[in-house]
Amino acid sequence: MARIGVFVCHCGENISATVDVQKVAATAAKIPGVAYSVDYNYMCSDPGQQMIKNAIKEKNLTGVVVAACSPRMHEPTFRHACAEAGLNPFLCEMANIREHCSWVHEKSDATTNKAIDIVRTLVAKVKKSKALLPIKVPVTKTALVIGGGIAGIQASLDIANSGHKVILVEKDPSIGGHMSQLSETFPTLDCSQCILTPRMVEVAQHPNITLYSYSELESLDGFIGNFKARIRKKARSLDEKLCTGCGLCTLKCPTKKITSEFDAGLGMRPAIYVPFPQAVPNKPVIDRNHCTYYLKGKCRLCEKVCPTQAIRFDQEDEIVEADVGAVVLATGFDIKHGDFFPEYGYGKYKDVIDGLQFERLASASGPTLGEMRRPSDGKVPETVVFVACAGSRDPAKGIEYCSKICCMYTAKHAMLYKHKVRQGKPYVFYMDIRAGGKMYEEFVRRAMEEDGVQYVRGRVSRIFERGGKLIVKGADTLLGARPMEIEADMVVLATAGVANAGAEELAQKVHVSYDSYYFYSEAHPKLRPVETNTAGIFLAGACQAPKDIPESVAQASGAAAKVAALFSQAELVRDPLIAVVDRQAPPLYSTCVGCFLCQTSCPYQAIEKEEIRGRDGQLIKTVAKVNPGLCQGCGTCVALCRSKSIDIQGFSHEQVYAEVLALLNRGESDV
Amino acid sequence: MKTGFYPGCSMKGSAREYSESLLAVAAALGRELPEIPDWNCCGATAAHNLDQDLALALPARILAAAEKEGMDEVLVPCAACYSRLSVTRHELLEDEKLRQKISGLIEADYRGTARVLNIIEWLSGVPDLESRIKSPFARRVACYYGCLLVRPAGILKFDRPEDPQSMDLLMKKIGAEPLDWAFKTECCGAGFSVSRTDLVAKLSGLILDDAVSRGAEAVIVACPMCHLNLDMRRPNIEKHSGKKYGIPVIYITQAIGLVLGIEAKKLGLQRHKVAVKFPPPADNPPSADAPATAPEKSGQKYLPGEE
Repeated sequence: MARIGVFVCHCGENISATVDVQKVAATAAKIPGVAYSVDYNYMCSDPGQQMIKNAIKEKNLTGVVVAACSPRMHEPTFRHACAEAGLNPFLCEMANIREHCSWVHEKSDATTNKAIDIVRTLVAKVKKSKALLPIKVPVTKTALVIGGGIAGIQASLDIANSGHKVILVEKDPSIGGHMSQLSETFPTLDCSQCILTPRMVEVAQHPNITLYSYSELESLDGFIGNFKARIRKKARSLDEKLCTGCGLCTLKCPTKKITSEFDAGLGMRPAIYVPFPQAVPNKPVIDRNHCTYYLKGKCRLCEKVCPTQAIRFDQEDEIVEADVGAVVLATGFDIKHGDFFPEYGYGKYKDVIDGLQFERLASASGPTLGEMRRPSDGKVPETVVFVACAGSRDPAKGIEYCSKICCMYTAKHAMLYKHKVRQGKPYVFYMDIRAGGKMYEEFVRRAMEEDGVQYVRGRVSRIFERGGKLIVKGADTLLGARPMEIEADMVVLATAGVANAGAEELAQKVHVSYDSYYFYSEAHPKLRPVETNTAGIFLAGACQAPKDIPESVAQASGAAAKVAALFSQAELVRDPLIAVVDRQAPPLYSTCVGCFLCQTSCPYQAIEKEEIRGRDGQLIKTVAKVNPGLCQGCGTCVALCRSKSIDIQGFSHEQVYAEVLALLNRGESDV
Repeated sequence: MKTGFYPGCSMKGSAREYSESLLAVAAALGRELPEIPDWNCCGATAAHNLDQDLALALPARILAAAEKEGMDEVLVPCAACYSRLSVTRHELLEDEKLRQKISGLIEADYRGTARVLNIIEWLSGVPDLESRIKSPFARRVACYYGCLLVRPAGILKFDRPEDPQSMDLLMKKIGAEPLDWAFKTECCGAGFSVSRTDLVAKLSGLILDDAVSRGAEAVIVACPMCHLNLDMRRPNIEKHSGKKYGIPVIYITQAIGLVLGIEAKKLGLQRHKVAVKFPPPADNPPSADAPATAPEKSGQKYLPGEE
């Protein structure tokens, strides 16, 4: 005979404000099989948990129903409490009377009655619950890090330094990401490459890190602790083992006028190229879309000059398979390009550039070797206007969020310009200055006060060319919205930070959720900021939202700590809420008839064939068997099984029917 | 597909030539444009500053009359009327209670079935315009959209509001060279034409100045108010800036009428305050977009009263 305990939580006022909790507890006590029913202010508190533990022991409870919040919040808390009192944790269920009831309804009798009905169904379910044992699965102690920018580099190094293997996949020919393009970094103005390249070299040299550059993730299967990754190594057209990185091929390549991605379109590169001098690995790659040989079938000059005969024109993409236990997504961001700001002439006037292009102009390794010269005619710009929030915080442009990094880098840009062009006049148009961060506000002040950057609070309405000058029209809202017109030589737009072009595709490959801007979603915005909702997949850096370097690095270290914690266990313990194929005593053995519809339906390839043999080795029957390590408990096979031989533990047919019947069979007087 | 025509007040008065040229073009293209019977004032700038219900009821009555006639579309050549009719249709379709209230006021059940078209949408919908060109409009033009043709963008969903292109594309089609200029959507002073002519002189002056400085031979407009300020207020503009501008301001329908071979008088070109005459063809005739067979013709032919 079942002896169920019902524990009704007030959740402060969250539940009790609209649900009569005393009535719920009193009514629950009358449900057949309920041996004990009580309400309490905070069930999740220590005294609340103690109440459950005591009741289990004193009342000899065989099951527990906690009527409180969503099981997503406190199910582990209460199951743990039950286990401590000696009750199998899977005999504890939560009746969600908060999210499903008190929060979404007005205070009324109907609301209370709904709460009672929810409790009633869960009592019926627990009566049919069986004690279950957790499943243990091994952990592959290798991490896959996707994206070799500063976040991916940091995560890789931290995981590798904790003694675990790392596979780092980078889509570009070199690691380094956007940080390698930057000239100097705020708020210290230290050279970006000087602080980044030692980390890049460390990645290359670390015995625990395998680097796949110029590679992309092809697919990811499996689950936490046991993922299978397929990585596409794109053909570099080069034998990396033979190449010494001497660079002769890049010098001799006759096709030299290809827009350089690294220089944000301001410089040129050859068809066989290394993106920048400190690239890791320092091995060239042939751009097959521009190489004369691939286009016209002639040339092969690089092959002739290569001292080690490393060029391989016939090389094909290669697929590498790897078993990994955890994945860190660190795929970074992009800035908004293109024709989205026609009133600013972005993409139309050569001297209206974006933030990354300015970084390249200011960088010693850039197309002007660090001299401040404008793209159109190479003249030193005497007046430069910086426009913050070019697209950000602008619903009309479809981007409502703040890109967060622009206030700081715009101050830095204006400062760098002023340092290079002493007599220059920098103006910054801004909406608000968001300089929250250590030494950030001081940095912006410095730009204004020491470097004399003119800050104008107001938006720019239009930029157009007249007589060789860029006319910037705007308003100074601090001076009574006085219209302003500045004749500038160059304009730098802080265009909005956006997700990378391939972000959505990758998210679908690895099954993580993303927001409407294609930034990856964290499991909880405050308390689980580096985890995704997919167990074993973590986030680092600006693929989650625009972030500056310190924040990206901090999050990367956070993600690495999560991976290290996962890898510190020999086995992972999983909830046994998985499908099982029914087994019976001989001579039936199983109701399974071996049609294997389930096998074709399983999205996780978790169903195998099992041969049942007699003592003489004679085959008696072939039935389905669920691999408990692979099964995710989705239930697709259950729905398809024609002989009802598969069931989900914890959500069995019997339990679900009992829940439905509890609602159907309740008498009018029960409420 | 039945397309109705809502003239509004200006087409019958200050912008008669806009109406004349439109109807001449429609006739040449073989398109019927029946006028909405018993149409009324759209409310324009006055109504929505005074009474919200009135501002919606006036255009709703016009549109309801068009629906009653079985019109699927209503062509509204005046940009201010176009804005009022479009905004009204949007607001009433968004809010069922409001729609019922306004329907009660106008004593007709307004359903919102008739789409509101501006002049550019209507002209762009002519599939065989290029094949009907008799002589291309081989002139450098500044397409001036003004404020109401493309705004509010969220409601009109017509062209991008800060750098519209639709009129430029249409002008390219008829062999003109639309210039990239900065004042496409800047304010001309609009209704201040009467009360603050000094402001109009200043604002419209900036527009003309930019167009002229970039070598425009004509300003193309699609709004009676824009035309009024840029054309009729030319003496005020010139007085204000101290410069002389000979550049004619012509309606898009007049430009199209010319390429269709309609005589200038039928297009009302003689009605402009600033004479429609063009400088002799430039050294660099903008022939890139003109059909190869197009004969080069001097614009002198279009002098008012000369035909």
